[in-house]
Amino acid sequence: MKEVYFKIKRCLQRGRDSYWEEFVIPYRSEMTVVTALREIQKNPVNARGQKTTPVVWECSCLEEVCGACSMIINGRARQACSAFVARLEQPILLEPLSKFPLVRDLKVDRLEMSQNLRRVKSWIPVDGTHDVGPGPHQSVRHQQRVYQLSRCTHCGCCLEACPQVNPHNDFVGAYVISQVRWLNRLPSGALNAEDRVDALMASGGLSECSQAQNCVKVCPKGLPLAESIIEMQKSATLRLFKRSLGIS
Amino acid sequence: MLRPRAIVVGGGISGLMASLRIAELGGHVTLLSTLSLHRSGSVTLQEGINAAMDTKKEGDSPERHFQETIRGGDFLAHQPPVKRMCEAAPGLIHMLDRIGVPFHRTEEGWVDFRRLDGSLYHRAAFAGTTTGQHTHHALAGQIRHHESKGGVTLYEGWEFLSAVLDDQLMCRGVVAMNRASMEIRAFKADAVIFCTGGLGMIYGGSTPAILSTGSAAGVLYQQGVYYANGEFIQIHPSTFTGPDKSFLISEAVVSEGGRYYVLRDKEAWYFLEEWYPPYGNLVPRDIATRAILKVVENFHLGIEGEKEVCLDVSHRDPDSLYSRLGGIVETYRKFAGQDPCRGPMRVRPNVHYSMGGLWVDSCRQMTNIPGLFAAGECDYQYHGANCLGGNALLSSLYGGRVAGESAFCYIKGLEKGTDSVDEGYFTREIKKQTEDNQKILQKQGSVNPHRLHQQLGTLMRENVMTIRHNKVLAETDEKLQEMMEQWENNLTMTDVTHWANDELIFARHLRSMLHLARVITLGAFRRNESRGAHYKPECPDRDDNYWLKMTKAKYTEKGPEFSYEEVDTSLMRPCVRDYTTSGVLV
Repeated sequence: MKEVYFKIKRCLQRGRDSYWEEFVIPYRSEMTVVTALREIQKNPVNARGQKTTPVVWECSCLEEVCGACSMIINGRARQACSAFVARLEQPILLEPLSKFPLVRDLKVDRLEMSQNLRRVKSWIPVDGTHDVGPGPHQSVRHQQRVYQLSRCTHCGCCLEACPQVNPHNDFVGAYVISQVRWLNRLPSGALNAEDRVDALMASGGLSECSQAQNCVKVCPKGLPLAESIIEMQKSATLRLFKRSLGIS
Repeated sequence: MLRPRAIVVGGGISGLMASLRIAELGGHVTLLSTLSLHRSGSVTLQEGINAAMDTKKEGDSPERHFQETIRGGDFLAHQPPVKRMCEAAPGLIHMLDRIGVPFHRTEEGWVDFRRLDGSLYHRAAFAGTTTGQHTHHALAGQIRHHESKGGVTLYEGWEFLSAVLDDQLMCRGVVAMNRASMEIRAFKADAVIFCTGGLGMIYGGSTPAILSTGSAAGVLYQQGVYYANGEFIQIHPSTFTGPDKSFLISEAVVSEGGRYYVLRDKEAWYFLEEWYPPYGNLVPRDIATRAILKVVENFHLGIEGEKEVCLDVSHRDPDSLYSRLGGIVETYRKFAGQDPCRGPMRVRPNVHYSMGGLWVDSCRQMTNIPGLFAAGECDYQYHGANCLGGNALLSSLYGGRVAGESAFCYIKGLEKGTDSVDEGYFTREIKKQTEDNQKILQKQGSVNPHRLHQQLGTLMRENVMTIRHNKVLAETDEKLQEMMEQWENNLTMTDVTHWANDELIFARHLRSMLHLARVITLGAFRRNESRGAHYKPECPDRDDNYWLKMTKAKYTEKGPEFSYEEVDTSLMRPCVRDYTTSGVLV
């Protein structure tokens, strides 16, 4: 392979028309979609040889832990930094995530993801950051479970893939539910577990999930998202049951 | 007095810690972050956080931690702040444990510790090899809590442009730009804390995140903040080159049994174990890096003629590797295409961390400009001439906490708050930055900023890395000046739009990088000795008589002006730094 063909969906500014632009990039072994986008930055010329503007996208760590470079690559939401060109069918189609307000080209505004975390009180209330001694004991097995859940990078792929994330409802998304499961499983987080479950039982919470299970398929970190949703639904049911008996 | 108001620039671990402390004390924080918090470069930190808790009864103590840190840094750090950091470390681990960092556990359920470079003790608490990510997420949760209580206002997607200084040269706020709308506005506060991270991008594809350009530090340097010990750049012994960057393989691998070797007469030669018996593969990074260079350059024993050596952990049980090194195993599988559980990894040294940074005072983390504080990788305080694994994360947490507390106290002691400062300072700074942007956008020369950056990276990697020669350094400085000239007069902007123009922001970063590159290069040129990460074959020994002092660079139009500051060695007398014996620490 000598060259790689890209078709990139572009839009100069939110609210303007979008259009497709094609690029031909010299192939380098082991190159990723990020490599190609950086080549375009160095030489912003499209496949027809016309000068153009560099493609705008977001990236930071380039090793799949910061979640910044999510985009739709050949129809699938994923991280650009780990999308190896040699394994992709050409022309490689790049589009911005569609479930978030567009900023420009492949860059979207994902600030609502932080707001969703606030909605469910995604934190552990502590008395302060001063030293009041060690946290509670945890078994090795327990630590391994919470460790896995805490690896979410907030990349937004699970929202993109979810049919229930759409303009007609305010579903918080799988990552938020998984985050609650993580916090509720921590010994120090368990003390306020019910507050978070209550928040998930409000509108836009657990009841919006339609069990499509797309989130699990696209999660770059392989988080057990569907399992998390089921577990939180169980917590919610238990909570309802207790409430109906007047014991909480 | 009104509620004390501070600004924190930077949403990494240090910035979150500083913000948290101010909010907790009752102040209000405006937290500016160039990307959304979770994208911070802090999330890539791997190996752990040092705290001498001696849970394995090895005789470790904060005092030992202090001694090893000072020795690891080749005696170039002021000792009292390092001592205080080591003493505070166990309390910080307790705090992280309580706020939800999933530290690995011992069978009894306590936090487990691993041994890292430059230490004989199991001292680093860790969460797999993604300690930074988990620490950052837990702290971000605390910030959300304070946000919901009104103590923190978060501005994500705002790019710092400059500090606002009044005619007394006191810091009164910052001017920042929205990365989408390009709106430029002033943020007022009585104190500003900078936690803007490192500058690895000056060296092109190194291990830090792509935004680690040192841009904010470079801007502040041009505004009059001293930049200290710039020449001390850590070259990490084990990284692998991926498609778009260099990936760190941290000492966590060695602590799980990883061994460096090369093939000599078809047999594995574990050169570090042979040369440094007590520390073996866990000698400090500067020493391991030079040893690798010796093996591949002088003995020509690099793998397949490349400047690479093997780091092998495949003899260990894969399940345990996956649980304790998960992040690294996954990254190596994905980006290098090989499985570290099945064969050796191929590693080479590359740029990782900056020990140097903005000069701050020993007690308060305040720079030479009143009201302007710095913490985290962008300060110079805790590592001297070389940073030990597990200390970088610790210094970010501790420095951030100190900066938050002292900024709060500083505000309380101010006679005149920012609200009574003339509005003109802010409007003038906004105007200045707006005009600067317009000037950059009009540049229609022939050099693309990203290409110029590529040249900068290559130049710095070739000439200002591990082994430094005065003649080469002098030539490099001339080339850097030519590049600055190119930036000024021959840059071309291919994107001149006024919406989410990342190229404009990058051009600004590049200007900062060029200024700091000169500080690094000239600092190295002037320091005629070898100490920690700074090594000159022309003068291969440490020279305490003349060079036991900090480099301080001050910006002038003609280039950096250097002065030097004595090192506070009041707690531990400098001695020979020898890792071939376990040595008796004084």
